[in-house]
Amino acid sequence: MVSAPTMDSVIPKGSANDRLLPQGRLAGPMPWIVAIMIFLTVLACAAGIALGEGAAGMRDAVANRLTIQVTEADAARRDALVPRIRSAIARLPGVGRVTVAPQEELVRQLEPWLGADAAAAEIPIPALIDVDLSVEGQAGDATRAKVAEAVAAITPEARVEPHAAYIAPVAALVRTIGWIALAIVALMAVATSFVVVLAARGAHATHRGTIEVMHMLGATDGQVMRLFQRRMTRDISFGSIVGLVAAGAVILLVGRSIRLLAGDLMGSIALPWWGWVVLPILPIAFIGVAWFAARLTLQSALSRSL
Amino acid sequence: MTAIVQFENVGLRYGFGGETLSDLNFSLEQGSFYFLTGASGAGKTSLLKLLYLAQRPSRGAIHLFGTDIVTMARTRLPGFRRRIGVVFQDFRLVPHLSAYDNVALPLRIAGVSDAQLKTPVEEMLHWVGLTDRAHALPATLSGGEQQRVAIARAVIGRPELLVADEPTGNVDMEMANRLITLFEALNKLGTTIVVATHDFNLLGKVANARMMRLDEGKLVDPTGALRYPPRAPAAPDLPKW
Repeated sequence: MVSAPTMDSVIPKGSANDRLLPQGRLAGPMPWIVAIMIFLTVLACAAGIALGEGAAGMRDAVANRLTIQVTEADAARRDALVPRIRSAIARLPGVGRVTVAPQEELVRQLEPWLGADAAAAEIPIPALIDVDLSVEGQAGDATRAKVAEAVAAITPEARVEPHAAYIAPVAALVRTIGWIALAIVALMAVATSFVVVLAARGAHATHRGTIEVMHMLGATDGQVMRLFQRRMTRDISFGSIVGLVAAGAVILLVGRSIRLLAGDLMGSIALPWWGWVVLPILPIAFIGVAWFAARLTLQSALSRSL
Repeated sequence: MTAIVQFENVGLRYGFGGETLSDLNFSLEQGSFYFLTGASGAGKTSLLKLLYLAQRPSRGAIHLFGTDIVTMARTRLPGFRRRIGVVFQDFRLVPHLSAYDNVALPLRIAGVSDAQLKTPVEEMLHWVGLTDRAHALPATLSGGEQQRVAIARAVIGRPELLVADEPTGNVDMEMANRLITLFEALNKLGTTIVVATHDFNLLGKVANARMMRLDEGKLVDPTGALRYPPRAPAAPDLPKW
């Protein structure tokens, strides 16, 4: 026989102690629920990051660009105005590239709506001058104002249209969707915690008899909790890895499709390198949250017994 | 002799019902052997629950190993429980653990390594005649075998106080005699033993055993030998039933 043990001792790690709770938890729903939640969470997070980056990319792509529309109806006068406007604004400080859109290109683009004889029919097609600014922020705003003044000084029959003005609602929508995705991540974290709480309560109820016996034999709450936490952490880790791998595969596939199919605007929606660092951290954070939720739940349940 | 257990005006009620145990005043001396008898429903199991710290009394004071356990923080209870061996009436074996692992459970909880516990567990299983059933699950054991596993689990840590609720209820006479002999051996090593039983045959098998009888939740103690503080130092004779 063995002499009475001390209070400081704990259940050592090892297979014999793992047997104190029934095996086969991976056959239960818990790991698979966690896998699905992590899968959805990682997808939502990736979407949030990618859309945020996309919105920023759209803004950056067009923020420093404006288009001058010369709407003079008389073709001869219009043709005369274009080089004057071009040379006037090209001299302004803060103006980078100035490009006149070829008239033939405009006719070709309007052909589906106006027909093949659009140019011959003397329909007034405005001339377009694309301007890229070389400065940003307040200097960009000032340059845009100077461009507008210079154009107005030459002719009232021209409009200056900053691209940021019409892309802003789209970028705002994309950004909003990104924030919604990140909110979904937060909700998923809360939902996962609740799932773990329910699972911990279920496990406690299922093994109440074993817990009572262990208590009567001198087990501390800490010893009982460690058994459950070890098992639950194992289940949650398994589910997290499955969910992460599945979500990673989907992100790679969707990303490739976007790169192949998307235009200039959609092309800016991509997961940045730091996104690939953040995504694997999510399951680890979820495991931490789940561990903490399980501990609090079990602690509360155990404290109700003597 | 030192009192290992002292009950003073102890009462126990479950919920809002009447008292299951009333006005219990007694002490158990260290190293003594007690039989607890009484009719079904007299409160034997409730009294044992108070002894093995599964219940706190509704009123009164209980001192165990010289410490007031009524007001003790529950975080300190495991240390006291490890000094008590319990044979439950319904065995309460862990169903997914083998007989070996059930017997080893108190030692594992106490932090004894697998290598250290192998010999005592095997010896204990041999003693209760279950060496060849060591790896059987409780569901595959007979009632008597389960009871022997429960007894082996209760005594393997060599407790200072052993509390057994009908420990021979499901075993034949020969095994009952062996178990009582084991309890006596433990008792000689200093363990205080309290055995609740209906089996009057057992009562005469242990020399110097003392008797406690419960009747409707009250301790019947005509000699006063169990009373705390004791009115008479000598152990009572076995009553004539």
